[in-house]
Amino acid sequence: MEILLVIIIGLLYAAGIYMMLRRSLVKLIIGLILLGNGANLLIFLLGKIVKGKPPIIGASEKMLGEIYADPVPQALILTAIVISFGLQAFAIILIKRAYKVVKTDDLDEMNATDEDL
Amino acid sequence: MNNPYIVLPVILQLFIAILLMFSWSSKNIQKLISVTGSLIALVISLLLLIKVDNEGIQIMQAGGWEAPFGITFVADTFSALLVLLTAIAGLAVSVYSVGSVRNARIKFGYFPIFHLLIMGLSGAFLTGDIFNLYVWFEIIIISSFVLLTLGGEKAQIEGAIKYVTMNLLASVIFLTAIAILYGLTGSLNMADLSLRVAEIENRGLVNVTAILFLVGFGIKSAVFPLYFWLPASYHTPPPAISAIFGGLLTKVGVYAMLRVFTLIFIPDTFLSTVIMVIAIFTILSGGIGALIQNNIRKVFSYLIICHIGFMLAGLGVYSTLAIAGAIFYLVHDIIVKTNLFMVSGLIFKFKGTYSMRLLGGFYKEHPKMSLLMAIPLFSLVGIPPLSGFWGKLLMIQGAIDQSNMLVVFFIILGSFLTLFIIARLWSEVFWKDGPELPEKKHIKYYNALKPLKRKAMVGSIVFLSLISLGIGFGAEWVMRLSIKIAENLMDPTLYIQAVLGN
Repeated sequence: MEILLVIIIGLLYAAGIYMMLRRSLVKLIIGLILLGNGANLLIFLLGKIVKGKPPIIGASEKMLGEIYADPVPQALILTAIVISFGLQAFAIILIKRAYKVVKTDDLDEMNATDEDL
Repeated sequence: MNNPYIVLPVILQLFIAILLMFSWSSKNIQKLISVTGSLIALVISLLLLIKVDNEGIQIMQAGGWEAPFGITFVADTFSALLVLLTAIAGLAVSVYSVGSVRNARIKFGYFPIFHLLIMGLSGAFLTGDIFNLYVWFEIIIISSFVLLTLGGEKAQIEGAIKYVTMNLLASVIFLTAIAILYGLTGSLNMADLSLRVAEIENRGLVNVTAILFLVGFGIKSAVFPLYFWLPASYHTPPPAISAIFGGLLTKVGVYAMLRVFTLIFIPDTFLSTVIMVIAIFTILSGGIGALIQNNIRKVFSYLIICHIGFMLAGLGVYSTLAIAGAIFYLVHDIIVKTNLFMVSGLIFKFKGTYSMRLLGGFYKEHPKMSLLMAIPLFSLVGIPPLSGFWGKLLMIQGAIDQSNMLVVFFIILGSFLTLFIIARLWSEVFWKDGPELPEKKHIKYYNALKPLKRKAMVGSIVFLSLISLGIGFGAEWVMRLSIKIAENLMDPTLYIQAVLGN
């Protein structure tokens, strides 16, 4: 399971960075989304994946056993997902707006900020 | 010391933003609430700094969960000082906005978002939890996205695309770094991380994580070679927004670097060399970039980059004196950069252009105003005894003590570049005889503004100039604070004890 996740995370990061380097605005956003998902899976993976070991202390025990499913990464991912959801929604509206104002989705043609005035 | 009141600067800004949303339709009430709220925030932040300075580090454990299990807020002298500076810059920009921001922007919620941005900044300075820092960073960038695009002009949208992309990328890298760090240590509390990272045997992996943090914060604080989004976007929004961005946004990145690289990752030779090289190239590329620009706001944008290099150089040298210098410079830079962008907005209100080629004769037409504008300009250069001088002096002293002549050379070179750029700007904008400018219809010139708006714009510049002068002439007081902060950063035992108990 772990090795599978590692490969998926690697692919997501690679695909995300590749998409970000393209000239199209839409591909840029898709790249950012893929990168964000890669990071979320990475947090999930680093919380040690175990099956059927909830982090509950038994009635007869004083502390948690050796290996248990860490709940913190899941809380972190949840926060990160909500945040990236908002940011991506904003970014999509932004590129729509940019397409209307600049009338192109080619990043190479967005040079208005470099004009000398 | 457990003290729940340290989050008051954050809560207050949230409260102001909510109040502003309730008075959405009335722009006058919004202005009143914003300025009064900022004034209260300034008083609270000042009280916080005095309390922290006298009684030591104050902490707040959210929900009563003991560190390292809950989210901790920590107000040490460094955090409290930066919260105070945020409040000062916030008040100045709030007053300046009253005079300069157009009604259309206010109608679309300029003031609530502005206060949410200040809330994010205060939160980022006060948190003691690395994931919580990420959350505050996100609050900062989402508010800054809205402020940057509010108005929707062509240049704004194009600038925003570059800004949004790079900042989202920085967040993902930051999140990746947090994930790996959590995997390595199983903790998120910064004080706890400080202890646990030191125990890890696989130093290679620790260094990789540190570099990820460096890249993430580096994009946010616009260091070489990750700064290209800054000059592409900072000159596009209205001057009030540029002012708060230029003064504070990049500085959060610098704060995060100073905190993380003194508390969690103690730089070894490799890491401090990397930081030093980045600092040198940042000084050079910022300085040279500013040399060739014609738009005064772009000149200031490149100067932000150049001076970020100074602070990074202080961190790279890594001695108490050098870090104290970097902190002194940070204090000076926040005030002066905010002020300079406001000055550029005022020049625009008089002349209707930002182009140095077209500007001119400002001194002949408005001698008093020019003298006022000279204060932030010459403070930036650091002519003694103005505020820019002392920070550099401390950094150079620190670098000489470590016999790090390369850094000394580049700090001096950077100062010369700044001097040359400001001298050129002064002679182009203020001294040379400018061409006659045609009246532009869509611009509301200074003389057409209501007296209250004029007073608001000039008043906020006077306020920040006075603080700049205060930092310069009262350098002893700021220096004492900087050295105290640097000592506590270099030896974080006090911080760790305050957070974790014994």
